[in-house]
Amino acid sequence: MSGGAQDQAVRTGRIARTFIYVVLIYFALFYLLPLFIMAINSIKPLSEITGGNMMSLPAEPTLAPWKSAWSTAQIGVEATGLKPYFMNSILMVVPAVAISTIIGALNGYILTKWQFRGSNIIFGLMLFSCFIPFQIVLIPMARLLGLMGLAGTTWGLILVHVVYGIGFSTLYFRNYYAAFPTELVRAAMMDGAGFFRIFWRIMLPVSGPIAVVCIIWQFTNIWNDFLFGASFADLDSMPMTVALNNLVNSSTGVKEYNVHFAGAILAALPTLLVYIVAGRYFVRGLMAGSVKG
Amino acid sequence: MARSVRAPRDLRTVLQDILPKLVLSPSLAAMLVFVYGFIIYTVFLSFTNSKMLPSYDLIGLDNYVRLFGLSAWTTALINLAIFASLYITICIAIGLLLAIFLDQKIRGEGVLRPIYLYPMALSFIVTGTAWKWLLDPGIGLENTMHLWGWDSFKFGWIKDRNYAIYTLVIAAVWQSSGFVMAMFLAGLRGIDNEMLKAAQIDGASNWQLYRRIVIPLLRPAFLSAFVILAHLAIKSYDLVIALTGGGPGRATELPATFMYSYTFTRNQMGVGAASAVIMLMGVAAIMIPYIYAELKEQK
Repeated sequence: MSGGAQDQAVRTGRIARTFIYVVLIYFALFYLLPLFIMAINSIKPLSEITGGNMMSLPAEPTLAPWKSAWSTAQIGVEATGLKPYFMNSILMVVPAVAISTIIGALNGYILTKWQFRGSNIIFGLMLFSCFIPFQIVLIPMARLLGLMGLAGTTWGLILVHVVYGIGFSTLYFRNYYAAFPTELVRAAMMDGAGFFRIFWRIMLPVSGPIAVVCIIWQFTNIWNDFLFGASFADLDSMPMTVALNNLVNSSTGVKEYNVHFAGAILAALPTLLVYIVAGRYFVRGLMAGSVKG
Repeated sequence: MARSVRAPRDLRTVLQDILPKLVLSPSLAAMLVFVYGFIIYTVFLSFTNSKMLPSYDLIGLDNYVRLFGLSAWTTALINLAIFASLYITICIAIGLLLAIFLDQKIRGEGVLRPIYLYPMALSFIVTGTAWKWLLDPGIGLENTMHLWGWDSFKFGWIKDRNYAIYTLVIAAVWQSSGFVMAMFLAGLRGIDNEMLKAAQIDGASNWQLYRRIVIPLLRPAFLSAFVILAHLAIKSYDLVIALTGGGPGRATELPATFMYSYTFTRNQMGVGAASAVIMLMGVAAIMIPYIYAELKEQK
């Protein structure tokens, strides 16, 4: 029996506990299996995959599929590998995350500490905008990007992601700042501190945790986006997810499964890394995005 | 809760009063244009005879009539109903089970929890790539079972138009159920242990404890999970593209893929816009009451 059983109301017998562990471990395998299979098959030569068992460990491990996925695989018309698209995603994600987070912080500050008539309605409108199906904005967005000369550019994608990211970043900062004592802000104001000074000196220094949550959430969402990338990017600005899909679903030639898997892991690596390093914040962000308040 | 800062008015405070609104205004403008303006534009297009390019000839409700006359749309709606109901039910069932089990002072919880949750960090394109191959009878699970000597094992759902929709459920559940687990676990950790102890002293069994007390207390978590999963289901697009491409035939077409193909490849923009409007109405029907209740509660 586990040691903490006394302070736990629900007590379980030995058989029940064994059963619980079996179920929990079974599910852990279910979640790990696809990643494990992708990983081991990404270092097998193709002949070993098509002729062998996907569950067996590689007999002759090779890094060739990874090299191919990164720098020589055929994507679209050119054999460039995923490297340029990985860079596209970085160039798109970094500014989009930075801008939407800063705007979100300012909005959250205003919506909690400088409320005015109608500010709650504005927040409600922003909240709803987080959840709209983006199909409803695809057609006008395509038109507008064309008119602005941003169609098919990374800047166009940055604009799209900032605009549709503000809702969530505002939500995070608003809920976080709502718990911050307004008296402190008021006292600073009596001392003559203005709008920006209060934000800079009082709010920002306590914003670390929520900034991490917000950055992780935006990073994951924008990196993983497919719909906007597929709709608005051209070959020069195509993000990683779209390039991966082109690699995997291109109908020409032999299906190089090992290269596909290496590519899929490459596409997953940045968000996985963030998850491993800062998983606690990732979970908090997910929760804050769903269970508001 | 949060009260506004109010100070005596002089020129400086008047300026300070305008400043917040000034700083908020670009976001407000962006939201009004890019979200609500665009929604109005798309709604407008759904009443026009737009084909490849937007046109401004109003044709009333014709697009909606056509939309609901299309078998492809009906298929997409039926698929969504099957996918959403299974996806939501199974995610909630698995999430609740794992959360309750993990809450039994489990050794290794710190290892298990992140394993359950990591798929949420992945792109649906990555998930689709992995599962497409696992489910492929020629090379994935079926082939492995044959090689292990289970010759009669059959699992070709992904190639079968009657069953392909269920492969979407498998992959989507794999991706999201850990997240639902985290929501329930947070709910469970918020329940007062003393209350449970009291019920136990009154002679309640574990089963009764959960059925009568714990699960009813988790109502907010159930509601949140339902709302999040339902709106994710309506928006599902990437996973279909990566896993099945909407096939075989149209067997896994969902409203989101329908909208995209009608608008951008079949040049039926009016019909595409109408389908997007229906999707929005679906999401709004779920989200607006929820957001309204949440905001009211916070006051």
